[in-house]
Amino acid sequence: MNRHLISSADLTRHDVESILTTAESMHDVQRREVKKVPTLRGRTVINFFFEDSTRTRSSFEIAGKWMSADTINLSAKGSSASKGESLRDTALTVDAMAVDALVIRHNASGAARQVSEWVRCSVINAGDGTHEHPTQALLDAYTLRSRMGDLDGKHVAIVGDLTHSRVFRSNIITLHTLGAHVTVVAPPTLMPAGVREWSESDGFATSWDLDAVVDGDAPVDAMMMLRVQRERMTGGYFPTPREYTVGYGLTGERLARLVARNPDVLVMHPGPMNRGLEIAAEVADAPQSVVLDQVSAGVAVRMAVLYHLLAGETAESVEPVTQGAQA
Amino acid sequence: MTCPEPTAPATVAQIPPDARDVMSADDIARALRRIGHEIIERNKGASELVVLGIPTRGVALADRLAAAIGSVEGVEIPVGQLDVTLYRDDLRRQPTRPAGRSVIPEVGIDDRIVVLVDDVLYSGRTIRAALDALAELGRPRAVRLAVLVDRGHRELPIRADHVGKNLPTARNERVHVRVTEVDGEDVVRISGGDRR
Repeated sequence: MNRHLISSADLTRHDVESILTTAESMHDVQRREVKKVPTLRGRTVINFFFEDSTRTRSSFEIAGKWMSADTINLSAKGSSASKGESLRDTALTVDAMAVDALVIRHNASGAARQVSEWVRCSVINAGDGTHEHPTQALLDAYTLRSRMGDLDGKHVAIVGDLTHSRVFRSNIITLHTLGAHVTVVAPPTLMPAGVREWSESDGFATSWDLDAVVDGDAPVDAMMMLRVQRERMTGGYFPTPREYTVGYGLTGERLARLVARNPDVLVMHPGPMNRGLEIAAEVADAPQSVVLDQVSAGVAVRMAVLYHLLAGETAESVEPVTQGAQA
Repeated sequence: MTCPEPTAPATVAQIPPDARDVMSADDIARALRRIGHEIIERNKGASELVVLGIPTRGVALADRLAAAIGSVEGVEIPVGQLDVTLYRDDLRRQPTRPAGRSVIPEVGIDDRIVVLVDDVLYSGRTIRAALDALAELGRPRAVRLAVLVDRGHRELPIRADHVGKNLPTARNERVHVRVTEVDGEDVVRISGGDRR
């Protein structure tokens, strides 16, 4: 496996399956009384978050701590980035402290890739702009697999703001890697440009009509609702929130139709949820909802990612350079 | 390369054609039966035993050992598996492998006599990792170690309580334990080395 995790496309099917297998073992650690393994003792992981986040940052921090790594959180506010330091200087400064991994969230697409070209440590993309969020896709795959087993041939629908969604971009790649069929649903204004060519090469279907997918020929095994990102909704993408809910929200009535077709259907949401907008409150709390499973899987999957990037032999090749820099 | 790394796995999956048999299926069955009797004798019964196998092949051997003890004593012996990957001290020297899951029987391990079962005892590093892993799961009254083959070359002060066969080896030899549950046959072979 690569030294960095920037894009879900970096991971082969074997890599994904190894990570998910390890995550099961990490999930066991999470359920124990002593939630700590010594695997990454002496390693340092920096969580550098240029954007707000609750679950991703806290789960990376907990994951590092339970693996016995030293984890440090930095945010743009309160670091030198707020004094105007460039991303490159900030990254090189952190790297010069001989850390082992940099977990980075940034509002610019491609920031993680750029940083990985500057630094010697491993870089993990925790969300870069509207590009990718590979650990979210892994934890979604983990949640799906723990509920429905092998994903080969399963039908997953991803609904909502695709244009601005890094969760969607990483998820179609990982789900495709694992052999699932994906249908993406969005209003025309929130369907990314060029998605048709893209969908042909990556083997997923597109639709503008949620009801057609709900009642379509292929019963849906999992419905993944994306958040309507109010902070990015400045372009007049839909007339009113109410109109969005009518067309693309997962209402109790739509869920009932899904369940009628497939009693084992799962409802997912990467959070944070806008209850009443893209997902009705009754659906978010329905027995089909695995939203909290996703959060709980987040820690286990991130432990597995840290393990696969940091525990093995690759780290040793970094050491001589580090010594040179200190001399 | 003349000599394998001390941390190389004690057994390997591929067996070269020059391998010699050192234990047959019958030998393995007899050794496990004898170890079962030794454990019962030493603990004056089987009431507090928990048998834990170390993956991969230790798990199959643990199942059989527990069955052997159970058939003599007429009780069911709690059996499980203990994955030690996260506790190894040689992770940095090897390509990353996925961590497996531990399965601890319902009764737990607190105040029990835990019998760890592995196929080959070599450097002792796996057992050190297993002891660390056990300590985080509970506090057994005692921990015993049963291995099918002890091939020597210890790097840590660890010894087995119950040994199926003491097999003097050179470091550049390899011991291959194959069990029906994993490999489709029961046999112990040795390969490599200079004596041919």
